[in-house]
Amino acid sequence: MAEEVKLFGKWASPFCCRIEVALKLKGVEYEYIEEDMLNKSPALLNYNPVHKKIPVLVHNGKPIAESLVIMEYIDETWKHNPILPIDPFEKAMARFWAKFIDDKFWALWPGVKKAITSSGEKEREEGIEEAQLHLNALETQLKEKKFFGGEKLGFVEISASLLIWIVVFQEVMGVEILTQEKFPALHKLTQKFVDDDVFKQCVPPWEPLVAYFKAQWGTLAASK
Amino acid sequence: MAEQKVKLLGFWVSPFMYRVIWALKLKGIDYEYIEEDIFNKSPLLLQLNPIHKKVPVLIHGDRVICESYVIVQYIDETWPHCPLLPQDPYERAMARFWADFAETKLLMTASIALCGRGEVQERAVKQAMEAVEKIEGVVKGKKLFGGESIGYLDICLGWMSYWLPVWEEVGGMQIIDPIKFPATSSWMNTFLHHPVIGDNLPARDAMIEYFQKRSKDISESDWFEGVIRLHLQP
Repeated sequence: MAEEVKLFGKWASPFCCRIEVALKLKGVEYEYIEEDMLNKSPALLNYNPVHKKIPVLVHNGKPIAESLVIMEYIDETWKHNPILPIDPFEKAMARFWAKFIDDKFWALWPGVKKAITSSGEKEREEGIEEAQLHLNALETQLKEKKFFGGEKLGFVEISASLLIWIVVFQEVMGVEILTQEKFPALHKLTQKFVDDDVFKQCVPPWEPLVAYFKAQWGTLAASK
Repeated sequence: MAEQKVKLLGFWVSPFMYRVIWALKLKGIDYEYIEEDIFNKSPLLLQLNPIHKKVPVLIHGDRVICESYVIVQYIDETWPHCPLLPQDPYERAMARFWADFAETKLLMTASIALCGRGEVQERAVKQAMEAVEKIEGVVKGKKLFGGESIGYLDICLGWMSYWLPVWEEVGGMQIIDPIKFPATSSWMNTFLHHPVIGDNLPARDAMIEYFQKRSKDISESDWFEGVIRLHLQP
């Protein structure tokens, strides 16, 4: 039976980027379908009725949602070029750290939102400090860990690619959050993504991405 | 590696810890249990889980694993007999998806319903029931989520069968309406009556007493508002 792989995504989404990286690393051919999140297609609502979100991978008609779940599915279905380690303990560590990265990314969002929507300088700085607290947690843990050790990109590094979006946020906000000085390990990691051949194909073009978030957040600030 | 000593750091009433106990018991793995006072955390816990400072923590030889769903998968992969996750990658993805769904959409809203009152509790109950409705669709027509035997999703959702009824009693609310959710109710009963599960549960009276005090403390804490904002839809 011919293999049919579709990815429902949003070009500006870090979670979709992860899936595209995973698919490309495995050399899996897929059809990409861009979703308008303000006008979700019947297909998306049919394939992800629970969360109604992207990314959704559809493999031979069967849908899978949630980026970390999708990544494990890709790794277990196309077994060459493994993304997750083989050893159960190393695998457990990879799962733990990928979830930690996700949790921190979501945790820093209220701080970022506060910085975008506040009119006062003091509140803005408070928001940035809140966001940096969570980045601090990431920096401390990543500095001590060896998952950037190899040449190959693995589960944790692919998950961590959403850190590039923090650099985008900085440019949009006109403020530095992820400074090289305060966060050398995180900064080094974002540089690794930018230099990597596979990532380059998957990370959206910089200027349009910055413009996209500027427009989004302009609305966010205005609606406050 | 599998023959190395296993230790489990836990707290007697933690539903997260029980996931690990059930996985170990179902696989017939011997382990040493170490009770942790989570209100007075030991240096051992802080050393083993410095990130989250929580139980359960599994120690296997010199390996330390935290987070219940990570531990259960580790156990499943290290001792592959009596598999918990299905073999098929798609079925595995579904098990992981629904485990994550129940954790984020049901466990948190149910615990808010336990601690909150008035409008907060009403909203929490409503959203918890919306989550159960989806779970009902998944378990319909099945004896257990794992089919004929207990699987990963049964273990991850197992708290529903025993902790949730306690929370309903303490909170004076109902989430699992047996008429609205017959398949879920039937599953809860089947799960609880499995000999491995039934023999490995905390004492109900002690749980009621514990959650009566705990829910009151949580509702009066400064951080409860934050939890509500994060996990409850407006």
